Amino acid sequence: MLLAALVLVPALGAAGAYGRPARHGAWLVAVAGVHLSLVAWAWLAPPPAILDGWLALDPLGLVVLTVVSALFFVVATYAVGYLRRERGGRGFASWLLAFLAAASLVAVSHHLALLWVGMEGTTLAFAPLIFQRRDRRSLEAVWKYLVISSVGIALALLGTFFLATAQGDLGPGVRPLVLDDLVTGAAQLHPAWLKAAFVFLLVGYGTKLGLAPMHTWKPDTYGESPALVAGLMAGGLTSCAFLGIARATEVTTAAGLAAFARPPLVAFGLLSLAVAAAFVIGQSDIRRLLAYSSVEHVGLLVLGLGLGGVGAYGSMLHLVNNALVKGLLFLAVGNAALAAASPRGGLLRAVPASGVLLLVGLFAVTGSPPFGMFLSELTILRAALGGGHPWIAAAMLGLLALIFIGIASMILEMLYAPAAAASPPVRESRWLLVGPAALALGVLVLGVAIPGPLQDLLAHAASALGGVAP
Amino acid sequence: MQHLADLVLLLVLLTSFLILGTTRLTTCIRAVAVQGGLLGVLPLVLEPQWSAHTLGLATGTILVKAIVLPWFLTWAIREAAVRREVEPRVGYIASLILGVVAVAVASAVATRLPVPGDHPILLLATSLSCVIMGLLVLATRGKALIQVVGYLMLENGIYVFGLTSVDRVPFLVEVGVLLDVFVGVFIMGIVVFHINREFDSLDSARLTELKD
Repeated sequence: MLLAALVLVPALGAAGAYGRPARHGAWLVAVAGVHLSLVAWAWLAPPPAILDGWLALDPLGLVVLTVVSALFFVVATYAVGYLRRERGGRGFASWLLAFLAAASLVAVSHHLALLWVGMEGTTLAFAPLIFQRRDRRSLEAVWKYLVISSVGIALALLGTFFLATAQGDLGPGVRPLVLDDLVTGAAQLHPAWLKAAFVFLLVGYGTKLGLAPMHTWKPDTYGESPALVAGLMAGGLTSCAFLGIARATEVTTAAGLAAFARPPLVAFGLLSLAVAAAFVIGQSDIRRLLAYSSVEHVGLLVLGLGLGGVGAYGSMLHLVNNALVKGLLFLAVGNAALAAASPRGGLLRAVPASGVLLLVGLFAVTGSPPFGMFLSELTILRAALGGGHPWIAAAMLGLLALIFIGIASMILEMLYAPAAAASPPVRESRWLLVGPAALALGVLVLGVAIPGPLQDLLAHAASALGGVAP
Repeated sequence: MQHLADLVLLLVLLTSFLILGTTRLTTCIRAVAVQGGLLGVLPLVLEPQWSAHTLGLATGTILVKAIVLPWFLTWAIREAAVRREVEPRVGYIASLILGVVAVAVASAVATRLPVPGDHPILLLATSLSCVIMGLLVLATRGKALIQVVGYLMLENGIYVFGLTSVDRVPFLVEVGVLLDVFVGVFIMGIVVFHINREFDSLDSARLTELKD
């Protein structure tokens, strides 16, 4: 029941929100609040599997579900302030809630075709949100996003078909494409088909995740969509796409083919870091800069997964950090844009509170202590060193240093450089500050001490991926 | 039935080559419609005993892939007034040669992978060829409408592969119909884009008028 409610509540909320733009903010907060409390309930009392095991909640799914639900709640509170300044349009809240429903379906699906359906839902839900401004540039961005994502989604479907083929003739009681049966019967899977399935799922969902070289939609999409939409994509959509790759890795690892799965994961991870470093340096648009930073962080996610061992734990921790930090940064940048402050400089004077949040976000996103990303990046680095890959560790450190320089130089200039025209400080709405401030606090707490239950959950999720907790 | 299935699969391949080699948009759309119709017939010739499920799949496929989507594409051409011919980044001869390479690669892969069930090996080869040729059209053609046709080819290849698991995994092939939603959204996007462009040019024209 609880599992069905997690999907149905936002779905019904989406249907109920259509039209009536005046009430969108309150409606979003209400539905997001109900969803978040359902997630809290799932933490306290783990729900049983329903629909013949098609829907079930395991640690890996619960991590993604929690991250998406929490980030969505923050974005919903932010939307209250946002909608007072900007027109949202009739479907604004509906599409956001449709994403929440689809993302919840991805998180609780243990049937891989159903997971794919949820993934397609998340892709479609964002299209009208990117096209929010309804001009040529956003049309171009949404077109690029849809064409590239849809090809990725199609390849992921082919990978899912391959996985069904790898199962061969089903024995009695074996359910096709149900994760639990795939994992327990992994030894019987046909290796050639399983390998093909893994490659297609990795490339397909990797396109949605925005791994280089399939990342080309990301800068345009994040650059043109409203800040809260971009934040939700960079933190929430990436988490869902990562779950798709994690599921493929889970099955492949269970079949004893980890040695096949790991090299491509590491390669995509390092390539993404390299592309991010190349494009972050000298970037002139803050949103595009953040998009390349997102390419960097999804690269770290698959790098940790590919290194295995403590790396898988580092990846899970990084998933949580990434959602918090990306939400924080996009919302803070969005505040500057809403206040019509010049992005060229003087933000700390023009929008003091958002400026401070942006400064916190800068240190958090570059993995500086005492923020959470420092810990997760350190864990992934330890996995590289411990696994006997000093060159991977060295490459990762070097690229992270380059990216640090690129991001820091741009954000510091935005904050401190003298503004072209000195404008008086703008009064900032509380609705626009509470959310990002909560995210900043969250990522700080994760850097100081990870709460016990969360640590256990991440360790369980990592062990499903063939990793161990440090 | 085996020979009939092989014949249908060969015709599917031929329509793909027709799309690669043609210069006219309308021919492309007709070819992809014929391909959709062939795909609708395919489950009927693959399964000797027709169940209600097979019949439903065939009817649904013909309806969506051979009638609705091609009609929608033709409507978009008229609505958006796309008159110009296809402008490829890679020439037609080169595309055809790449298509042959695609079939060769797909056949080489297909012979190495065990074909599930007792399906003909040509099924796997055709499926992978269509996927590769669809990606080829998506990557090399500049026009949005022809890219949609390429996406349909890619999708058709996936559908052909899905037919191998029809009897083992229920509703898996039917899930693929969700990809058609993308096609619908693309076509709407093209129409919106063209309407938008009309508005833009209208606006700028009016601005210069006011200046005079």
